[in-house]
Amino acid sequence: MRWLLGKDLLILRRSRLLVGVLVVYPIAIALLIGLAISRAPGKPRVAIVDETPPGQTIRVGSEHVAVSRYADELFSQVQPVHVSSREQAIAGISSGDVLAAVVIPRDIAARISSGVSQGSIEVLYNGNALEQSLVQSQLSSALAQANLGFSEQIQRAAAQAIGLLLTGGSLGVLGAPPNMVGLDQIPPALRAIIAHQPLGAERTQLERIDRFAEFADQNLGLSKDVLSTIGQPIQIKSTLIHGRRTPLNTFAVVVAVSVSLMFVCVLLAAGAVALEREDHTLARLARGALISREGLLVEKLLLAAGCAFVLALAMLAGIGAFVSLDWSRIGQWAIALAFGALAFGALGVAIGALAREVRAASLLAFLLSLPLAFLALVPSGSVSRGLYDAIGAISFVFPFKSALQALDAAVNGASPGLGISVVHLFGLTLVFGALARVGLRRLE
Amino acid sequence: MISVRGLAKRYGEREALREISFDVAPGELVAIVGPNGAGKTTLLSIIAGVAPASEGAVEGPGAGPAIGWAPQQPAVYWKLSVAENLGLFARLEGLADPDAAVARMLEQTGLSERSNERVERLSGGNRQRVNVALGLIADPPALALDEPTSALDPGQRERLWEFVGSLARTGTAVLFSTHHLGEVRSYATRAIVLADGELLFDGSPSELIAAAGGGEQDFERAFVAFLRERGH
Repeated sequence: MRWLLGKDLLILRRSRLLVGVLVVYPIAIALLIGLAISRAPGKPRVAIVDETPPGQTIRVGSEHVAVSRYADELFSQVQPVHVSSREQAIAGISSGDVLAAVVIPRDIAARISSGVSQGSIEVLYNGNALEQSLVQSQLSSALAQANLGFSEQIQRAAAQAIGLLLTGGSLGVLGAPPNMVGLDQIPPALRAIIAHQPLGAERTQLERIDRFAEFADQNLGLSKDVLSTIGQPIQIKSTLIHGRRTPLNTFAVVVAVSVSLMFVCVLLAAGAVALEREDHTLARLARGALISREGLLVEKLLLAAGCAFVLALAMLAGIGAFVSLDWSRIGQWAIALAFGALAFGALGVAIGALAREVRAASLLAFLLSLPLAFLALVPSGSVSRGLYDAIGAISFVFPFKSALQALDAAVNGASPGLGISVVHLFGLTLVFGALARVGLRRLE
Repeated sequence: MISVRGLAKRYGEREALREISFDVAPGELVAIVGPNGAGKTTLLSIIAGVAPASEGAVEGPGAGPAIGWAPQQPAVYWKLSVAENLGLFARLEGLADPDAAVARMLEQTGLSERSNERVERLSGGNRQRVNVALGLIADPPALALDEPTSALDPGQRERLWEFVGSLARTGTAVLFSTHHLGEVRSYATRAIVLADGELLFDGSPSELIAAAGGGEQDFERAFVAFLRERGH
């Protein structure tokens, strides 16, 4: 077997283009995938047309909230580009300078202050269906955040006004009487007066006013609490049920390395087996006692797994220079990569044995690997239950998801643990190895 | 040396070979001829141990894996040099002195000057010589050649047959298939005629001419006449 392994390494060394493609292509794909996953969507670049006059405020009872606070809330959620007119905003969207534009109309303060109609803003955007969906989703989130922040300010102002009504004092509003009596001071004051009143119509009238004042005091006090509840009726408290939380950037590293491991291993193993058949050397090797078919498959598997293991470990170490990884777990990295490489190698030799020629084997390996990787990354809840179960079943019978889980467990300590994934990968190695042996039944 | 007994090969319903029996003695140069689809390659593949027989057996010290084999398409590593190919198979065969075996084969096949050239850069004729050399590296008692001259020009064909003839003279039994009937007439000591998987004739080329009526002195015409008389 060692002679055959030496021969394959020599052929590999002489196939510089193949080696180049096998190394560069997965790394490029892996980095792209890694970047795509790890880069959280940045703040959308949005043109803001603020038509409101400077210093305009919304009056809430005796309180005033500056309209500019809404704009400030919005600016904190997006990357704002200030433009002076709607036309300029449209031009910016058309040229792709901004993803969308938000127009804050001149009458927004008046509409909110009226208390009968909502304020409204205009959102402009274009692009293809995907872009529209993305922009709409990002903007909706940004506007919701801005709305929430602004409404909290209005609530605070309203609560403050109610507080003044309850406790009394100076409202600070031009024309308002100083040192006003508060609602909660009225009932005791009235009761003191009533005590000195003779029975009769006037006393009865005063007692009715007292009951109203007490009722108003109690209910207005309650409305203050209700206001804060309306602002954010449900608070979100997150709890992770199992496993350790995997930071997005280290998960991206795991995905990138797993994809590279898969591509190098599957393509190399499939190509190496198919090349023996294409060169017509398979029959020469396996017809006699030169090497058994099982031995030949093991040799190709080890060749591919070895090359992919070295590449993936080097890649992990290289990325480790930029992303914080726990180097004390390097032994677990090696175990995860080794078992992943063996399972991918077994899949590769099965493809090579069944496809019979290098081009078909490479194409099949590529067509099979890429969708499997994407399927394994589909999160639960993003598709229907039935479809997710089907995806889960497909992912179970191919090694990518297990290799990903094994490496995630090794690098990030994520669940399920390394042991389960390694056992699964070993099982898949045996299954695909057996399939490859069936594919080599015919030597020609 | 090689004894073929009751050999049959079926692919589903189709019978590729039917009840084939013959013997090959050391030093014999046996040509297997027949129209396309006659079963020549199938027969040689079974004798060489590449494909299993559906029925019957190939026996004798030169049968199966022990036989040197050169398939129609050169079974060589194109990215390796001539010497590297020979060296690899010499080591896989477990020869005691692989370097000596490589040197011997390079000399026998006249490829010494090309020993460091990669097979992918060789001519079709030289590639076929490497193919035959790989079949002979373990010094087998018998050699099976499947259309060894199909890609060669006349000069290359002649050089190959000189080499194969020299092997037969040293006692190696050689079975070969071919469509070049002139080669059968010139180099074979025996001809086996197959048609539709059936053995129609086993004898010397002269006997084949006689079997065709004896009127034709041209071997190719005699062969065609022989097949026509038997409905092929």
